[in-house]
Amino acid sequence: MTKIQNAVIGSVRTVIGWVPAGWLPGGSPDPLIERRAAIGRQASRLDGPLKVTGEARFAAEVAVDNLSYAALVHSPITRGRIMRLDTDAADAAPGVILVVTHRNMPRLGTLALIGMSDMSAIGNSDLPILQDAQVHYNGQVVAAVIAETQEQADHAVSLIMIDYTAEPAKTLFEEAKATARTPASVLIEKNHVTVGNAERELSRSAHIVDNVYRTPPHNHNAIELHTVTAMWEGDGLLVHDTTQMVAPSATALAKLFGLKREQVRVLSPFVGGGFGGKGMWDHQIVAVAVARMVGRPVRLTLSREGVYRIIGGRTPSEQRVAIGADAAGRFTALIHSGYSVMPPYGACPEQYTLGSRAIYDAKSFEFLQRHVDLDIVPNTFMRAPGEAIGTFAVESAVDEMAHAMGVDPIDMRMANIAERHPVSGAPFSQHALKQAFTDGAERFGWNRRVAEPGSRREGEWRIGIGCAAGSFPYARMPGANVRITLHGDGSATIACSAQEMGMGTATVQVQHAADRLGLPLEAIRFELGDSDLPASPMAGGSSQTASVAGAIIAAAEKLTGEMLRLAGNASPVAGLRAGEVRLTDGGIASIADPSRHDSFESILARAARDDMTVTAAGSMPLEMFKFAMHSTSAVFCELRVSDVTGEVRVDRLLGSFDCGTILNPKTAASQFRGGMIMGLGLALTEETLFDGRSGRIMNASLADYHIPTHLDVPQIDVMWTDIPDPRSPLGARGIGEIGITGVGAAVANAVFNATGKRVRDLPITLDKLLPD
Amino acid sequence: MTIKVNGQDFPPPDDARVSLLDLLREQLHLTGTKVGCNQGACGACTVLLDSRRVLSCLTLAVQADGRSVTTIEGLGTAEALHPLQAAFIEHDGFQCGYCTPGQICAATAMLEEVAAGMPSYLTVDLAADRITLSREEVQERMSGNLCRCGAHNGIIDAILDVAGEHRP
Amino acid sequence: MNPISYSRAASVADALHMAGGQGARLLGGGTNLVDLMRKGVDTPSQLVDVTALPDGIDRAEDGGLIIGAAARNSAVAAHPLVRSGYPMLARAILAAASAQVRNMATVGGNVMQRTRCLYFNDVAGARCNKRVPGSGCDAIGGFNRYHAILGGSDACIATHPSDMCVALAALDGQVHIAGPAGERTVPLVAFHRLPGERPDIETVLDPTEIVVAITLPPSPFAARSAYRKVRDRASYAFALVSVAVGLTMREDRVDAISVAFGGIAPKPWRAARIEDALRGASLSPSAIEKAFEAEFADATLLPGNGFKRGLAKRTLSAMLTELGGPAQ
Repeated sequence: MTKIQNAVIGSVRTVIGWVPAGWLPGGSPDPLIERRAAIGRQASRLDGPLKVTGEARFAAEVAVDNLSYAALVHSPITRGRIMRLDTDAADAAPGVILVVTHRNMPRLGTLALIGMSDMSAIGNSDLPILQDAQVHYNGQVVAAVIAETQEQADHAVSLIMIDYTAEPAKTLFEEAKATARTPASVLIEKNHVTVGNAERELSRSAHIVDNVYRTPPHNHNAIELHTVTAMWEGDGLLVHDTTQMVAPSATALAKLFGLKREQVRVLSPFVGGGFGGKGMWDHQIVAVAVARMVGRPVRLTLSREGVYRIIGGRTPSEQRVAIGADAAGRFTALIHSGYSVMPPYGACPEQYTLGSRAIYDAKSFEFLQRHVDLDIVPNTFMRAPGEAIGTFAVESAVDEMAHAMGVDPIDMRMANIAERHPVSGAPFSQHALKQAFTDGAERFGWNRRVAEPGSRREGEWRIGIGCAAGSFPYARMPGANVRITLHGDGSATIACSAQEMGMGTATVQVQHAADRLGLPLEAIRFELGDSDLPASPMAGGSSQTASVAGAIIAAAEKLTGEMLRLAGNASPVAGLRAGEVRLTDGGIASIADPSRHDSFESILARAARDDMTVTAAGSMPLEMFKFAMHSTSAVFCELRVSDVTGEVRVDRLLGSFDCGTILNPKTAASQFRGGMIMGLGLALTEETLFDGRSGRIMNASLADYHIPTHLDVPQIDVMWTDIPDPRSPLGARGIGEIGITGVGAAVANAVFNATGKRVRDLPITLDKLLPD
Repeated sequence: MTIKVNGQDFPPPDDARVSLLDLLREQLHLTGTKVGCNQGACGACTVLLDSRRVLSCLTLAVQADGRSVTTIEGLGTAEALHPLQAAFIEHDGFQCGYCTPGQICAATAMLEEVAAGMPSYLTVDLAADRITLSREEVQERMSGNLCRCGAHNGIIDAILDVAGEHRP
Repeated sequence: MNPISYSRAASVADALHMAGGQGARLLGGGTNLVDLMRKGVDTPSQLVDVTALPDGIDRAEDGGLIIGAAARNSAVAAHPLVRSGYPMLARAILAAASAQVRNMATVGGNVMQRTRCLYFNDVAGARCNKRVPGSGCDAIGGFNRYHAILGGSDACIATHPSDMCVALAALDGQVHIAGPAGERTVPLVAFHRLPGERPDIETVLDPTEIVVAITLPPSPFAARSAYRKVRDRASYAFALVSVAVGLTMREDRVDAISVAFGGIAPKPWRAARIEDALRGASLSPSAIEKAFEAEFADATLLPGNGFKRGLAKRTLSAMLTELGGPAQ
């Protein structure tokens, strides 16, 4: 974002600020908040039977005739040039169809970086792909082999000989800090924000904590590998991908390959885990290009190592959090600043200070992020980018302040949780973080906590409990479209390009559509994962449910109008206007007199129509600019630390959430737990190891990068306030990312309570807890 | 010789490098068996080889010659679910569904191992021939199957449910 | 992976005949070898499947145990003779990898497995004297959290990753080897070599020989023994430090003792100095401390692995204290 974009966003906010709330989307609460039957029900996933039987076809599982297989060569050097390239042995190897390098790769432009222009800007990098001899980071794709079988392609890759001239590379975070950049904005927020003079207030405060917290790089590690199957059919391009951005991918590929949007079709009905990592990267571009070159379908599946090499993860960070408090424990200053890696060719600013702007009041604030430039695979968005690691720093600092002052950590938070957005002053649309803490503390048994660290012990184990707050902004993306088709038999099909990667998208939207259209669950089909369907934006920022829901609302309104018109004068609902009816019991009924009802079936039959189809886009998400809208959480953890080995075992974890209406308790609980478990990994085991000497990732495998196993995961309790947000579709806010938020600090704070050791650099591995 | 897959005979591949996993997925189009790492680190490719759970990614297909393979497709169908498959749905033991077939295959074999009295690292009395299937025992025995969506609780609940044990 | 041929050996003689050539490797469960081949760390052209060779687990004539090299790890851990007579061995095997891997991996393969050093495994991007003799070692000065503090050299500090072998070392296991010249037996503690200048030569096994069985003498430690593995997550991870301890007590003093460590050395580390120092002693904290120092005095600590010294000491100390207490 540039200064100009800052100014534009700023003026939109100002204008919207003057507009009465009633004029905006969500101006009057969604009527379904009060009137729901399927929504809020504990429904099992609709795709469950397909997934447990192995019948669900993921991207690499579509049978394709005449398929060829690709494998990639990754640069082992970090910066430099390819000097000599010998592909003779690979060309001659059995089964090899083509070897592609920068010499014979078709000339292509570069992708527009995420967020830079429109919704089709989805590049994680704007580096050229196989266009020249230059190497920009370790692991960069430098060649590809296409062969008859995967085994042949993999073997031929080992026969390609490349000599490089290495150039000096920036690989050390500590050194590169000296030349860090200060961006004008972080996503759509101003970067450097000051309220009052925070440093001065801090220095005058009765109580001060001022520390540096460090978090390592992480990788998404979706279990499904990145894989793409590309095929050209005449001038048309068909791509089977595993992507969180179905429609934007089609648009981006069309632009890059000089095609019309309708010539490109991207299919991705199931995504085997995304977490921010399943976007547009180099491998899709290579597959599409080489499929045209060989005139055959090409399947390109990254090796697990390849995923680490060319799919960026979460950036490392070094964060300073300073809190000043007065004698009563009210915050006088909150400073959150720091460094994270973002190469100039990347797109993700890792917004770790944004969460800190939204939770606590203070007399003064200062927020500032700096970007460190390294020669590195571009980092990207990973579950709760920013908030996941930002809350580790801030919520650890709050715990440190509570300990320093001898105050209960929940009391300390209660005294400082803001009633309006602390920085902008905007009202919260709905905000019950305090209730989440109260409810969670009671269920968890917080009153059993012993404040003095190291007090509780069972055998060799020291026991501690800790808590933390979390916050993640609501988002509804513009540009969500859906098509609703009412069929003659009274059933309906909802279609949009949205992606299903385990969030329960189809399940929840069918529940929604059932209530919205007045139909039973069984009468609704949801089609998704196909860019030929009405476009939906990427799944990111925990926004998909609200975005698609907003579009279904718009389409249902349009459908109501169309069906009323079609119903004609003979209908029991004749003469009623759209605002006077609702969709219920398989038809249209008068709100004032529900006995006036006409079924969809009879309306369509009388008009001799097979079906009625409408397509509509969701309204502009202006509610986001008028109100402060955040999902929030209170996280509680109980754990044991071995006095012998320093091993940490988490025994209990509880998340108490305030996220508006919970649409499906079963799938929502899984989303919360899933985020919290990734938070356990962040807290205790996960770290991508970059060797600073070479700039190379050394633990590029699931054996050496430790995500939690079954034995690492305790039974996780989740609960929620279930208070609808009057400003959002269905009263719901996002739940996909709030789960991980706050977990790192809750664990670190529990470790402190258990041992008296304050670990400020993640992960909290056992060596950090051993006595000196 | 042949490889028996879900009761049907198939010839072993000509190329000895082909893993059992790739034979299943690419040649037999039995894509229920998943590929997560291709290096024995995630468990997504778990199948039953002569009724024992193994990793098909590190098994060369030729090694399965003359032996019997059961994949997720051989356990149940959407119309006739295996009890574990039904329990995974009921307990929401998955999100994206990608590690799921491996988890279910592993759980199937795991319950057999427990019935046969095989101990785990957490079994307190190794000399005892009966296993008390605690939640932790199931967690340890299933730890070779990674899940990134975080469906661990539902997976263990589903297995305990089928094992006839109930959560405390 | 290079093109390979595959054949099955029906007997030891068969295997010796087939496996003699250059580029041939014996294939057990494949849990290590197939992975190494896929990474390009090992590039054989011929695989000889030895899983049809003897896999029995039986009582030996001396009252000990004989385990065929083709026995699966899971079968050993589940065997009644092992569980009752050598619980430390069962526990060590069960600490390793996952149930699936243990179902595949053979005892012979486990003994022969290679290090999990990150640099050894990175063919394209790292130097490794074990993989390419004379090329250098990137682990020294790099990530060496999993590396040796005892027994390493300037050429290599990689650890042997096996859990099973640590228990076998503590239990005085013997490796039975068949070769063109006949059979021989080597104590497990002498089977693996320290790296010295030649980290690429990992065992005393000649390329023409194969491991056919492991034997264990009768163990006095069934009642008081333990295997504890400390790692970076609760399960399914290699050891940072693992400790195998077997004890017998007379009055309040140590009668017989056996101690071996994993995760800290290029081979399963039998701690003879600790044993010598504690034999006949009472298990007081100061005696344990003194014994530990005798073994670890010349440990080489690097920034990434220095914590292992204290971790090994604390773990050993806790185990000895618990095992030396009143018998259960």
